[in-house]
Amino acid sequence: MSKTIAISSEGPTLDDAVDPRFGRAAGFVIVDGAGATRYIDNGGSQAMAHGAGIEAARRIAEAGATVLLSGVVGPKAASALSAAGVAVVEGLEGLTVGQAVARYRAGQDA
Amino acid sequence: MLVAIASGKGGTGKTTISAALATVWSEALMRPLTVVDLDVEEPNLHLFLRPVIRRASAASLEIPVVDATAPCSDCGACRELCQFGAVTVMAGKPLVFPEMCHGCGGCLAVCPSGAIKAGTRELGHIEEGASGTTDFLAGRLRIGESQSPPLIRAVLRRLAAVADPAGDVLLDAPPGVSCPAMTSVSAADAIVLVAEPTPFGLHDFLLAVEAFSPLGKPMAVVVNRSSDGTPQLLDLCREHKLPVLATIADDRAVAETYARGGLLPDVGAHYRAICHELARSIAAFARGGNHA
Repeated sequence: MSKTIAISSEGPTLDDAVDPRFGRAAGFVIVDGAGATRYIDNGGSQAMAHGAGIEAARRIAEAGATVLLSGVVGPKAASALSAAGVAVVEGLEGLTVGQAVARYRAGQDA
Repeated sequence: MLVAIASGKGGTGKTTISAALATVWSEALMRPLTVVDLDVEEPNLHLFLRPVIRRASAASLEIPVVDATAPCSDCGACRELCQFGAVTVMAGKPLVFPEMCHGCGGCLAVCPSGAIKAGTRELGHIEEGASGTTDFLAGRLRIGESQSPPLIRAVLRRLAAVADPAGDVLLDAPPGVSCPAMTSVSAADAIVLVAEPTPFGLHDFLLAVEAFSPLGKPMAVVVNRSSDGTPQLLDLCREHKLPVLATIADDRAVAETYARGGLLPDVGAHYRAICHELARSIAAFARGGNHA
């Protein structure tokens, strides 16, 4: 079974664009091993003065994600993700969520 | 008597005024003076007073560290308490982000398992010395440290321990009206606002008056770089019932002396007289103001 992936996203579907931000992303699309998707809204973190990345890391870890696809992940979020055992793939801005997942899965299979 | 030299806007001349007063104070008032640079993010008073530093000590803040020997119960109490996201629990392990911690100690108090214990983060240094007969104290924030109020408070605690009780204290406050400036002026008995009659100067002067007035401390004004806009500034002072203790001209000779690291009283006899008069009027105002 393949991994549960979290993608920072500007909207709730696979057709929405990858949000280049992590901590202050609009939300996260979670794609589980069977391909089912759900959406975690991140609006609360967007308004936080500090620690948005840390809070976002906790949310996706609790959602069971073991991989994160995003644009850029800050240093504090990166250490939180690493503590939670979530692998990070950066630089996926400019794609849709679906394209980012496809690219990640293709890389995994190759 | 503790007087804070403050300003809403940076670059209005706080340090010029503080350094000028520091050099003439004892001569004008026959009392010892301690001058304190509380602009810990960018201390520059030493550039003008050239103090001999006799002692430098590190100041630190108590922050949480993870104690790996005590297992975390994964209750999340620390995470829920911390408003700054400085501590969280990831995969059953506490995770501390020391640079985000404000040192309240709350997480240490609520942790039921002892997985978090007390550690320290260095805030910066406190320097002590003297410039001539004036005692000198300054805080210097560590590079990378984002919070200056805890260091400002540490400098003020040190001041309370070392200042001559028979003497006066001048605090060179950080610019602006946010936490560092408020922390500094809150410690003073009286506030001297340095203001410049430019549009930005007038705007930030009003912000400072609004921010500092609720403290209920006597407040007065020094007008620096006096120019065409000065009447508007004087109107604002009248409106807010703030006495103007001195007016310094927008004089190229002052700027040239400053650029060389020179002091206002050294610009000429006229300026020396202004500084003496200012020292005496601040002393009279700060004492009298308590009864006003």
